[in-house]
Order: sequence, then C-alpha cells, then structure tokens
Amino acid sequence: MKSLVITQAILEQHKLSEEEYKKILEILGREPNWTELGMFSAMWSEHCSYKSSRIHLKKLPTTGPRVVQGPGENAGAVDIGDGLCAVFKMESHNHPSFIEPYQGAATGVGGILRDIFTMGARPIALLNSLRFGGLDNANTRHLLKGVVSGIAGYGNCMGVPTVGGEIVFNDIYALNPLVNVFCLGIARKDKIFLGKAAGVGNPVIYFGSKTGRDGIHGATMASDSFDEQAAQKRPTVQVGDPFTEKLLLEACLELMAGDCLVGIQDMGAAGLTSSACEMASREGTGVELELADVPRREPGMTPYEIMLSESQERMLMVAKAGREDEVIKICRKWDLDVAVIGRVTDTGKVVLKENGQIVAEIPAKALADDGPRYDRPSAPPAYQEMLQSLNYDALPDVKDANATLLELLGAPTIASKRWVYEQYDHMVRTNTMVRPGSDAAVLRVKGTNKALALSVDCNGRYCLLNPYEGAKIAIAECARNLACAGAEPIGVTDCLNFGNPQRPEVMWQFVLAIEGLKDACEALSVPIVSGNVSLYNETNDLSIYPTPMIGMVGLIEAADRTATQWFKQAGDVIILLGRTREDLGGTEYLKIVHHREQGSPPLLNLEDERAVQACTIGLIREGLVQSAHDCSDGGLAVALAECCVSGPNGTVGAVVQLPLDGLRRDALLFGESQSRVVLSVKQEQVDNVLNAARNAGVPASRIGVVGGSRLVIRVDGDQRVAGCTIDLEVTSVQERWALAIPRALGQD
Amino acid sequence: MNIGVVVFPGSNCDHDCEYIFKDVLGQSVKMIWHKDTLPAGLDAVVLPGGFSYGDYLRTGAIARFSPVMGAVKTFARDGGLVIGICNGFQILLEAGLLPGVMLRNTSLNFICKDVYVKVENAATRFTNRCESGQVLKIPIAHADGNYYTDPVTLGGIKANAQVIFRYCTAEGKITPEANPNGSLDNIAGIMNADGNVLGMMPHPERSAETLLGNEDGRLIFLSMLSAFGKSEQPSRLVGV
Repeated sequence: MKSLVITQAILEQHKLSEEEYKKILEILGREPNWTELGMFSAMWSEHCSYKSSRIHLKKLPTTGPRVVQGPGENAGAVDIGDGLCAVFKMESHNHPSFIEPYQGAATGVGGILRDIFTMGARPIALLNSLRFGGLDNANTRHLLKGVVSGIAGYGNCMGVPTVGGEIVFNDIYALNPLVNVFCLGIARKDKIFLGKAAGVGNPVIYFGSKTGRDGIHGATMASDSFDEQAAQKRPTVQVGDPFTEKLLLEACLELMAGDCLVGIQDMGAAGLTSSACEMASREGTGVELELADVPRREPGMTPYEIMLSESQERMLMVAKAGREDEVIKICRKWDLDVAVIGRVTDTGKVVLKENGQIVAEIPAKALADDGPRYDRPSAPPAYQEMLQSLNYDALPDVKDANATLLELLGAPTIASKRWVYEQYDHMVRTNTMVRPGSDAAVLRVKGTNKALALSVDCNGRYCLLNPYEGAKIAIAECARNLACAGAEPIGVTDCLNFGNPQRPEVMWQFVLAIEGLKDACEALSVPIVSGNVSLYNETNDLSIYPTPMIGMVGLIEAADRTATQWFKQAGDVIILLGRTREDLGGTEYLKIVHHREQGSPPLLNLEDERAVQACTIGLIREGLVQSAHDCSDGGLAVALAECCVSGPNGTVGAVVQLPLDGLRRDALLFGESQSRVVLSVKQEQVDNVLNAARNAGVPASRIGVVGGSRLVIRVDGDQRVAGCTIDLEVTSVQERWALAIPRALGQD
Repeated sequence: MNIGVVVFPGSNCDHDCEYIFKDVLGQSVKMIWHKDTLPAGLDAVVLPGGFSYGDYLRTGAIARFSPVMGAVKTFARDGGLVIGICNGFQILLEAGLLPGVMLRNTSLNFICKDVYVKVENAATRFTNRCESGQVLKIPIAHADGNYYTDPVTLGGIKANAQVIFRYCTAEGKITPEANPNGSLDNIAGIMNADGNVLGMMPHPERSAETLLGNEDGRLIFLSMLSAFGKSEQPSRLVGV
C-alpha cells in the first residue's frame, strides 16, 4: 500500500477532526492510505455515524409486542397479523434537494424505496413531508416545482403510490428546504431479510446499476452546512433512474421468493463502503472484495472512487455458496448488471483488492460501529425567553372573522395541496381507500380484511417555541390523524431535522425534542421502529426550526370501518370532542394575521389526548360517525371549513353555534388547542355518541348541523361585536382554499 | 375466461389487472413475460399500465419491439380480444394496432385524478354492459394522454364508431374543461376497425371495487366477460 502524507488540509476536506484522525491511527496501527481515509470520512460522517445524536437516540422507546424489527436495520417492521408485517421508514434528502431539487427529491424517493424492499417487503405507499420558504420567493417556487416533479417522476414510474403528506411554507426554510420521504411496504413476517454478511465463504454479489463517478462525498456533503457556494456542490448529488430501480425491485422480490439469499443491503449513502462494512459488522464477519470485478461505467476509476461512489440503484447481497448461478440468472432476466465481487471471511475486516493487490484493510466494526460519539454541549438560546413571552393583551382580537378565515384558508400551509398530489400517482396498486386530502391516507391490505392508515406530521414552530412540547404534539397529532380514520397507532418512524449540532442551542433543541418524543410515544403506547437524523440544516449560519418529522402507521381491523374528514350529508349533527382553551401561542393565526411566531405552543395533556383518540376510534369502529377531522393549523374555524370543502363530491354548508366561555374570539375560532376532533353524526346517533364520549371522560358538545350552501359560525353571547360571525358562501370558501397554491404559482 | 397479462420491464399496473380478473372476477389469469410468447388458449390479452422501459425515448416506443408483441399482433389479427390501458394504449399506438399517437398533456404535468368519460359506443365487446351515452367515473394517471391523429384518420374512426370513450363532465357534456390532457376531440379511448382491440387512457381496474369507492370501471371487464358468454364468478373475497 502506498503511504501518504495526511495534511491538515486533507483532513479538513474529509471533514475529519484531529482527534478523529488520531483514533483512525490507533485502529489501524498505521497511517491510512487515500482509499481508507475516504472510507473513514464517509462512515464517520454525521450522516452515517450519528455521532452527535446516537447517545440521545438510545432514550427513545423502541420495543413493543408488535415490533418485529426495531432501529438499526434498513427499516423497522411491525406485526399487523395474518402473518404479515408493515415495514417502514422515513428519510431526509434535504441537502441534495436544495442543490438540485428534481434529482435530490427523486433519489430521496429511490433511497427510501430500496430501504423497504431490501427487507423483503413490497412497497405499497409513499408519503412525504416538505418544508419550503414562502411562495412569494421565485427560488422557492422553483424548488417546489422541482421537488414535486422529482417525487412524481420517481414514485410514479416505480408504480408505488404517493398517498399523502404535508407541506409547510415558512421563510425559515427558504435556503434550507426539507424533503422527507416515508415509505411503507408489506412483507411476510417469516420472510424478513436483513443486511447480514453471514456464512464464511459465501459469495458477495453486486447487482443493479453500474458504479459511476457520481455522488462521491454525498454523505459528507449531507453532513455540512451551506453557504452561497452550495450550488457548486451539484456534482455530489446523484442522478436517479427509476426504471432501473423498478427492475431492481422486481429482481429482489424474485430472489427473495427463493431460498438462495443470506443477507442483502442497498448501497445508499457511502455506497459500497457502508453496505460492505455494515453487513460484516452486524454479523461479526469480514468481507474480501475484488474491485476489478465491480461493474463500472467508465474505465480508470480508482478504489477511492469505487468505494465512495453513490451511484443509485445498486445492491449488495450475500448468497448461499454454490447458488451463484441462480442469482445471476434472475438478475440477468431483469437486465441488471451482476457480479460476484468477493467472499465472506472470518477476519472481521473489510479487505479490498485491486487485481489481487490489497488496497485497503480496515476492521469492519471500526467503520460501521466504532465511530466517534459526541455528547455535545447544549444550552437554551438567549432568545428563547423572548420567543416564549408574548403579551396577548397587546394583540387586537378578530375584527372581521370572515376575512380572517379566508386569509387563513388562503395561506399555502393550510390551503389545499391538490396541485401537488394530482401530480403523484396515488392509486396504483389499487389499495388506496382514502386518497390524499383527508387527515390520514388509508390503504387496504390485500389478502386480509385489514387496512392501514398513514400520516406524517410536525409543527416546527411549536418545536422552536418549546422543543419538548412541540415534539410531543408532533406524535399526538400524527396519532390523532390516524384516530380520525379509525386506526390504532402501531408504529412510528422519525426523521429528525435540526441545525448545526455544534451549536449548543441546536443540541438543546435536539435533546428536549427527544424527551418529548419519548414521553408522547410512551403515553400513547407506540414504539419508534426506525428513523433518520438530518443535522447541519443551516445556511449562512441560520438554522431551520427544529423539525422532528413523524411518520406513523395505524391499523384498522375491519377495512370498511374507517372515516374521512369531510361532511357527508345535510342534516348530520356536528359534535366537537375535546376542550377549547386560550391557545394562541405559535398558531398559524398569529403568524398570518399578527406576523408573530411567538408564545408557548398549545398545552397538550397526554391523558386527555389518549382518551379523545380512543373515543374517536371506538365511535368509528362502531359505525356511529359520518366524518371525523382533527383540529390543527388554523383551529376550529379552519377545521370546520375544511369539513365543508375538502370532500371529493362537492361542497356542503354548515351552521355552527359556539359558546364563548370567557375566551378571546380569536382563540375560540383560530386557536390551536390540542386533543380536539370535529365529528359529524347522523341525527339518530347523537345521543349514542354523546353518551359514549361521556363514558370515556371526553368533553363532547353538539355545536351545529351540516347543510345549506353557507358556512355560518356564530359565537354565543357576543352578538354585540360586529364582524364576529363567520357567514360565507361555501363556494367562495372553497375557491380561496382550493386555488391558493395554483394562484401563487401563476397556474390557476 | 382465460386472460393473459403482459409484463414489460417497467409495467406497474400488471398486478392490478391480475387482481381484478383473478381475485375480483374469478377468472383464470396468466402473467406473460415480454420475452416469451403468448400461451395457447387465451381469450383476451391485457397490456397493462406503467412505464415500460421507463418511458425512455417515447411512451411505448421501445415496448413495441418486445418479443411478445409479434404474438400479440397475431393474436389480434386472429380476432383475440386485446385491451391496452394507459401505457398499454400507448404501446398499441406505437405498435400500429390502433391509429394515432400520444402527445404530452397540455399542462405538461403528470395528472392523477378521477375523470368522467362518456360511452360513445355501447355495442362493443368492451362496453356491452354499459348504456350508450352512459357517463363513467374512472381515474386517469398519466403524463402523455393527449391523443392526436390526422383529420382523415379522425374522420374515419368517428364515422366507423371506433371512438369508444370521450372525456366529459359529470353530466355527460363534452367540453374543453372536461378534457384533462388536451386530447383531440376529447378522445379517451378508441377501438380498431375489427372491434377486438381497445386502447383507453383511464384505468378501469382502479375503479372496480366497492371498497375503493367506485365500481364504474368494472363494467368494462364485465363486458369482456359477456362477450365470451361468461359471468363474474363469486370472488375469493380478498380485502373485504
């Protein structure tokens, strides 16, 4: 092996600290060569090693009776009965999507799909959580269009429906958008595949696309902050080929249907390096690879380039010895490149050869598991107190409730996302029972009587104002979305998007958010089975809001017992579950109307939350409910408006009467009190529903009736004040809500 | 009824078509790899939706060279029923089994949503269970569904009642607003002159089950069964 003088500049380029380099010297007992240095750099990057987050992630609850596979594998798996598992995970592709929105988002979808089918699951649903700046910014419009077409381009071609998601627009994300992609697949419980290099002597087989020079240092790029020079990092973004991935998917599932496979892992971040060392490390084995046998796009690639390439649509597998021909035959059937590139060994080392000459030799565990761990300092930011304190008396109450409601419905964060989801094939595979546009997507599970409900959520502003409460609310709201579809939550995946962990205030946000996730998951008895951490989301020293995105899966035992959010029939009675408090802090209303992102986020009592959700699920299971809708961004008035206008079969009006109960009018109409659900029920079921709620200890009140062509919301005992009543033609409500995003894009 | 569903590399509605014929309607279905030929004894062949060959070059342009297409042409020439849905329709056009071409949607976007189509000819082997002029709600999901052909061909297929479905409003009016992709004359589906090859952009297999909230598309499949004197078998109830 050629030796090399490692300079400070080279370490800097590889984002390795001096201490980290000393540790490398200790592990190897010598200086690393260029290839080895590159491999350490990628595997010890924040993105691959979780070095700043790992000690905190350990606190999360990850076990439960349904958990088949928790964190640490390509994805988590949860038992759904009938011998089947739901396999799911969420991942970020924030940095690449900012540099190159179409390819960044597309390869994000490609990566998460591979994580799922690598486990032996056929992907049946994609969702995404996106964060952008304001739509008045031309670059944001460019990013939105690029990201949406990237997600569509990849997911549609793969034939995996994109069934839901959410988007928030806030200037804080203008230079650091978030693209988080969730995927769920179904696998047989007894046919889950893991990334293990087991069985000394077994062949290590490469298949999929050829290796090119794209995406080198992608993992390192994703572990860095951005500045004006970000666009120059474009070569670190990979280019996706969904057609090849579709072939890869079918080939994998065909291989897995047989019994020749021992272990398998996709080549995502850090490419061949991570798949090789992680597979060996998990099993305590080693691997020896001949790089000359790796299928390559171009000649002259160095070992460094081969090992660090992040070319997409590639897989590494370990097959049973003697079964190579079977594997090769199936890969060739699907027109994929395939090559036996090495063997499993008992050395515990990743040994790389080029034409028989050793070019790298590193203990697998050192790369995969023994990376640095940091307990980084944390402290609340100086501005935290200022953020949380807000003198509400200085804020005028609502003067024209009609105008305020329309303003909120026209805010892109609240407005209809139809422009987005119509570009996604959300029906392929014919499982989609509830399409995008309700609280949760619902898919039947073929071969069973069951259905799954899926939701993704997080309010970053709440998390900024109070990271602990905000994270709790993210879990609670996601579960509430599922409850509104009649589903019991069975598993969580998270995607923790934060700023630069070397800033104490960012670590403070991170640590508190973890506490919040933990407490909420424990209270709602739902484990976190997979996840991803995305740090260094900062540009020009400005960090994003802490955004611990949550993806949650719920189970519906009888597929026909589910609910959607929109009102169904004139004459149905509207019932509000839960209690409205003076919760104005951190609301969309404060931001849109008063231009403030301040205060304390709404109070969340997890006991109340649990009761409301259990009550909602019970009512839906018993078929007592016509519709159920979670109250969230924009509060009760917005929730009622959405019930009137979001249905697929046109609009319907409603007449509602609310007691003021000593609240401010804006808090009553637009406050975001948690643990509330708007139900509509048939007249003859009203008593049953109210009784059931009372028995469950859930506050419930009859607040109005569905019907007519107007949305009317009157506030009791407040008739003196002009403009406090909402009274609007429902078609004009619908127009404002439905056309806001196309109008902002100039496409109405 | 014996149905063959062709699987091209990149087909992604192949399982959905299999599910409808086999699990919902109780018929016998064979999946046919594009490098193989058609087995004997088939009554109908389905070219399913998807992105055959990734839609690279042009939708359907590469799939038409797949080995199985020779057999599909022979099958069609001999009077076998062939239905192409979405990408299947695009492949039928490229293969010359139906006249015309597909352009990009006028919005240039992929569009996935429910649309309404009017049954223009109910006296076919694909629509005999519909009423003439009936409005069906069936979803579309495509980026290239903007059907185009020259005026002479258009005149011919119209005169010959080969235009089977046209995009319309919920009330059955043929309007530009009801046309999701800009297709010529609001055309959503056409048939060959012999009446045994149908291509349509909407996906009837996505709207053929109560659980999915819409059964209008089922009429197309039931019509094909009727054409063979078959009826729906009590399904092995899967997914409620």
